Amino acid sequence: MRVKAKLVDGVATIKVLIKHPMETGRRKDEAGNIIPANHVKTVTAHVAGVQVFELNSGVGISKNPFIQMVLSGRSIGDTIDLRWSDSSGKTGETSVTLK
Amino acid sequence: MGLSRRSMLKRIVASSAIVIVPFSAFAEWMEAAFKADNYKSALAAIGSENLIASDKIKLKAPEIAENGAVVPIQVSSTLENIESISILVEKNPTPLTGQFKMFPGLKPDFKIRVRMGETSKVVAVVKADGKSYATESEVKVTIGGCGG
Repeated sequence: MRVKAKLVDGVATIKVLIKHPMETGRRKDEAGNIIPANHVKTVTAHVAGVQVFELNSGVGISKNPFIQMVLSGRSIGDTIDLRWSDSSGKTGETSVTLK
Repeated sequence: MGLSRRSMLKRIVASSAIVIVPFSAFAEWMEAAFKADNYKSALAAIGSENLIASDKIKLKAPEIAENGAVVPIQVSSTLENIESISILVEKNPTPLTGQFKMFPGLKPDFKIRVRMGETSKVVAVVKADGKSYATESEVKVTIGGCGG
């Protein structure tokens, strides 16, 4: 999970990139077996324990999901904690501090 | 007819389950909505059967997407009291792609990349004040992005 943040006049633009295959459940492997669906289900962001963002997603989101969100009322030093979980139960997290 | 204690208990449990299930289903990932296999049932599953066309929603999508596997979408809105913003691709095998929930300090302005199986309408549904507002945009897809 990669994240980039830019703070301008209290408004933070956060770009998130998650490395994930986003399997649709419609693809077949070389042997002709269906590759089971596996996709990111939720992406959340918290600042100091307070939730500020949530995306729920299905197989319609592109492979290696990219998301941009905009947070207002933020200041230098705020840390944004990002977390994702997928349909197989895997999770990932990262955080970024505004500067 | 007298009710036995057991059957009374069963009734109480059953009736409270009816109340509790929708709440937990809403807080969790919306299984039925994301698995709905046509546009109408996807809209019904997110509680947005009646869409009101709104010019207070901006949906930026390419006119032509050469690669349906990666279609960049930007959605923003000037509506008040937004609860959620959903992005649907009408002709996808499962039309609901994603739903953003709103929080204090979060601007209703998002970018995301979606898959498109074929040329279709992309629809942004904004829930605000209990109503569902929508804006749509047609995207021509040259190579679909849902198959292998």
